[in-house]
Amino acid sequence: MTTELLIWLIPLPPVLAFFLIVLLTNKNKALSHTIAVGAALLSWLGSMIVFVQALGVEHLGEHPLGGEPINWLPLGESVDTYFKIGVLVDPLSAVTLFFVAWTVLMIFLYSVGYHNFGQPVGDHDHPGLPPHGATVEEHGHQRSSPVGKHVVPSIEPMYSRFFAFIGLFAFGMFVLVLSDNLLTLFVGWEIMGLCSYLLIGFWYAKPSARDAAIKAFITTRIGDVFMLLGIAYLYSATGTLSFREIFTEGILHTLATVPSGVLGLSAAGLIGLLLFIGTIGKSAQFPLHVWLPDAMEGPTPVSAMIHAATMVSAGVYMVIRMFPLISLDPTTMAVVAFIGAFTALFAATIAVAQNDIKRVLAYSTISQLGFMIAALGIGAYVAAVFHLVTHAFFKALLFLGSGSVIHGMEHGVLHTGNHKVDPQDMFNMGGLRRKMPITFWTFLIGGFALSGFPIITAGFWSKDEILADAFGHGHTAVFVTLAVAAFLTAFYTMRQITLTFLGEARTKEAEHAQETPWTMTLPLVILAFFAVTYGWVGIPEHFPALGGLVPNWFHEFVGGTLAEHPEAVEFSVWPLLTSLFVALGGLTFGWLVYRNVNSAAEDRLQIPVLKNKYYFDEIYDRVFVKPAYWFAEAVIYKFMDQSVIDGILHIFGPVTDRLGSAIRNYFDLPVINRFFGDGSANVTYWFGGKLRAVQTGRIQQYLMLALVVFIGIGAALYFFLLA
Amino acid sequence: MVPLSWYLIFAAALFSIGLFGVLSRRNAVAILLGIELMLNSVNINLAAFWRYGDVLQMTGQVFAIIVFAVAAAEVAVGLALVISVYRRRNTVVADEINMMKW
Repeated sequence: MTTELLIWLIPLPPVLAFFLIVLLTNKNKALSHTIAVGAALLSWLGSMIVFVQALGVEHLGEHPLGGEPINWLPLGESVDTYFKIGVLVDPLSAVTLFFVAWTVLMIFLYSVGYHNFGQPVGDHDHPGLPPHGATVEEHGHQRSSPVGKHVVPSIEPMYSRFFAFIGLFAFGMFVLVLSDNLLTLFVGWEIMGLCSYLLIGFWYAKPSARDAAIKAFITTRIGDVFMLLGIAYLYSATGTLSFREIFTEGILHTLATVPSGVLGLSAAGLIGLLLFIGTIGKSAQFPLHVWLPDAMEGPTPVSAMIHAATMVSAGVYMVIRMFPLISLDPTTMAVVAFIGAFTALFAATIAVAQNDIKRVLAYSTISQLGFMIAALGIGAYVAAVFHLVTHAFFKALLFLGSGSVIHGMEHGVLHTGNHKVDPQDMFNMGGLRRKMPITFWTFLIGGFALSGFPIITAGFWSKDEILADAFGHGHTAVFVTLAVAAFLTAFYTMRQITLTFLGEARTKEAEHAQETPWTMTLPLVILAFFAVTYGWVGIPEHFPALGGLVPNWFHEFVGGTLAEHPEAVEFSVWPLLTSLFVALGGLTFGWLVYRNVNSAAEDRLQIPVLKNKYYFDEIYDRVFVKPAYWFAEAVIYKFMDQSVIDGILHIFGPVTDRLGSAIRNYFDLPVINRFFGDGSANVTYWFGGKLRAVQTGRIQQYLMLALVVFIGIGAALYFFLLA
Repeated sequence: MVPLSWYLIFAAALFSIGLFGVLSRRNAVAILLGIELMLNSVNINLAAFWRYGDVLQMTGQVFAIIVFAVAAAEVAVGLALVISVYRRRNTVVADEINMMKW
């Protein structure tokens, strides 16, 4: 099989799995997950082969894999013009494909354990609600005598449906990564938007999940509309959406010089800005960040899928992909850098005051995505890609780890039967390191990678590179902002680890927490491996002691995507010292503060303004939601619908009624009924009365009559036509 | 070869005999016999036109076979009706079977 064909085939297995599960195997849970995991495995295999082959190509940036695009949509201009679509594997897609394939496979596998495969069906479980547990009878040594009942986790009622959805989700991501043009990228983007809606609202009987699904869908839609505008503008300006054609010097030069007529931006600037708004929605940047924390209502593998491997990465991937275009206009770049840096700090401050283990991670995701966006805004292309990849690994690890913790806690809740205890609240945990050792160690690795623990973790190298770039290129404001955000990151990560795993169990439930099955812990271990080792491929060459031991492969490889190979930034000791200080300082400080905190009341950082996320939900509610309701109620319903439309309709009613009676009385009754209706019946009756004498009932008379008539007609025809 | 008109004349004669039988006989079975004669005269026409027309076109033969089949079916139904009427009314004279008359 040629590489080109293989690239085309990579997205296919998950979508086939989706249709198979939905149409055929929905009832069979084991078969459904086998199909889904098998599909993920096939895609993973294809991705790895393509990745290895991409590594072997010299100057992959100039000669990307993927072959010729194929004709897709006929355009109206002339007979032979088509909108072409194709696949493209350049260094950027190759590294993205690598982490997407890995994380997707891990998440699929993890979902098997997370949704309690192999457990009994729950006592009162309903589709649309999380499983509540099943009662089983415990048998003593004599199997006939039950010694007692206890509650175990029960299998998810809509198990197959989940795998169908994540299959479609994975398809969307693979399409997005492998596309060679903005249109199919957008198609993948929207498929993921749909799937995130379906998956966040997976437990649709919970009102909070429903609301969160709608919120996520609508919020990202705002960004998508602008992105579509940007795509349309780009197409009308250049006549193409193919990356191969847009990123040529001629087209970029034209775009950079043509004014757009809006705010004094060039066409490139405006397109870049519009596309970037799409990213703001998708990657949950300020001010469209509000949907992401609420998206935690979905099952945990979904959180990992949406927040680490796929959807939010897709937003960043798209701006990175469009970097040659976006970087043409300094205004756009400044906006990008500002939004990124601001979001990084803003979200980090909120994360400090959250108590829900998943919400902390959600805000940290927003913050880390801000790091990437900010890096891109200051032109640190490679650093942004690097952080995207390492973040995907350690954030998927953290989310899956938190899911494992919640799962263990739920076990404790089922054991004690006290359902008032929130298994996601970190203040209900504590001391879990002894109960869940694998989860603890992998979570620790993920947390340290997120904090940027020096030298050994991947997060350190990527975050350090962003800081070094910001410092080296003289963006002091960005540098300081990101440094503070990084400090807070380390701080809240350590807070989370301390509250969850260290110290003593604060509740009975935490005492009875249990380690999760291998399908959940194996993905954790594999992701932890990457969370550590992936940083080593991008060690700067001039780094003290370590630099140069391993070649800075990542910079060489990914830098090759751009036409102008970016120079590695000069090594400077200040950003290094800063990142050492913020990581270690934040971690230590977090531990010192929280090792003795035993309840939310003792936590002095539970400031209302942080706790309530700067009241953004409330502000949006006042500014957008309430006015929208008011508009719908007062203007559309009361005024437009009830007064204007109904008023017009109320005129129509009586008028039509009068008209109808007039037609009935003066036309229908006398003319149609009396004359035509009754008249034709009377005529037929009279005629029939006369004619019935002919019906003698003697067959031979009929035949005789027929013969006579036949001969008569024949004679007439002969006489008139032939003679 | 015998000219086509001979066949046509023969068929016309057969048809007329059949028609006469149908119109004049009072016995229902005999009427059915007349109908059979008329159908077979048609068959002769079909076969004759096929033979004297395009021999490679099978239409005439095929039609003749279809007519056989229809005739057989028709006789089967007709005789069944006659028997049924005979059992009820004890007669097979067509004029006496006039229940459907107004």
